[in-house]
Amino acid sequence: MNGVAFIVIAILTLAAALAAATLQKLMHAALSFAVTFVGIAAFFFLLGAEFVGLVQVFVYIGAVAVLIVFTILLTRRDVEKDRGFNWSGVVVAIAVFGGLISAIFKTQSVSVAAPAIPALTVKRIGEVLMTNYVWPLQCVGLLLTAALIGALILVMEEKG
Amino acid sequence: MTLTLQLFLIVSAALFCIGLLAALSRRHAIFILIGIEMMLAAANLNFIAFWRFSPEPRQPAGVMIAIFAIAIAAAEAAVGLALVISVYRHYRTTNVDQLDQLKG
Repeated sequence: MNGVAFIVIAILTLAAALAAATLQKLMHAALSFAVTFVGIAAFFFLLGAEFVGLVQVFVYIGAVAVLIVFTILLTRRDVEKDRGFNWSGVVVAIAVFGGLISAIFKTQSVSVAAPAIPALTVKRIGEVLMTNYVWPLQCVGLLLTAALIGALILVMEEKG
Repeated sequence: MTLTLQLFLIVSAALFCIGLLAALSRRHAIFILIGIEMMLAAANLNFIAFWRFSPEPRQPAGVMIAIFAIAIAAAEAAVGLALVISVYRHYRTTNVDQLDQLKG
């Protein structure tokens, strides 16, 4: 794993995440949100989970980010800015970050280097998905169907 | 430099806290959903990092959890955005401070 690649991807991801969290204009924030997920997918590639990285690009950037852009377009008001920013949220976020960092640095077992592992193939993921994880797979299929039908019912126009 | 697990956990913690910042301090409903999605993605990064650095990576459990979490997050984002659109149709506002009719 390359150290320079890690630093570049980390800077890109965190900068885009900060932009998505603090920009005033909605469209800019939604597009920075998509760039954040490009960075996270790059992290997945760096960690050797290429299939998850591609699934992330398809689902998050291709579906969720586009859904968010469409919703922004459908719920427009005159001024397309977000009024109001609650500063106590910044304090809570910094406090939580401090707590997590202190927990990470106190744990001894996480300062390990990466062991050399065999590459995770899509064939292996398919095997595991169909044998060990077949029940979660069916449940997720059911959940996605229910979510789709539910979302449709929520936005359908009422007749009359 | 050798990459340790600590670096990945620090990045994922930072991403989680930025998502928390977006979810807590914005007043627009869509920004809150963006923050929630960022928090879920940070947790996925955590799972994959732990899978990669574990001494027994033949079991792709971390990868499986991440795949299912991505699917569930997409379903939840779809329903959440449908709710935002539906609320906007009734009240013509997306500011969550003005949606307080259920307040006791």
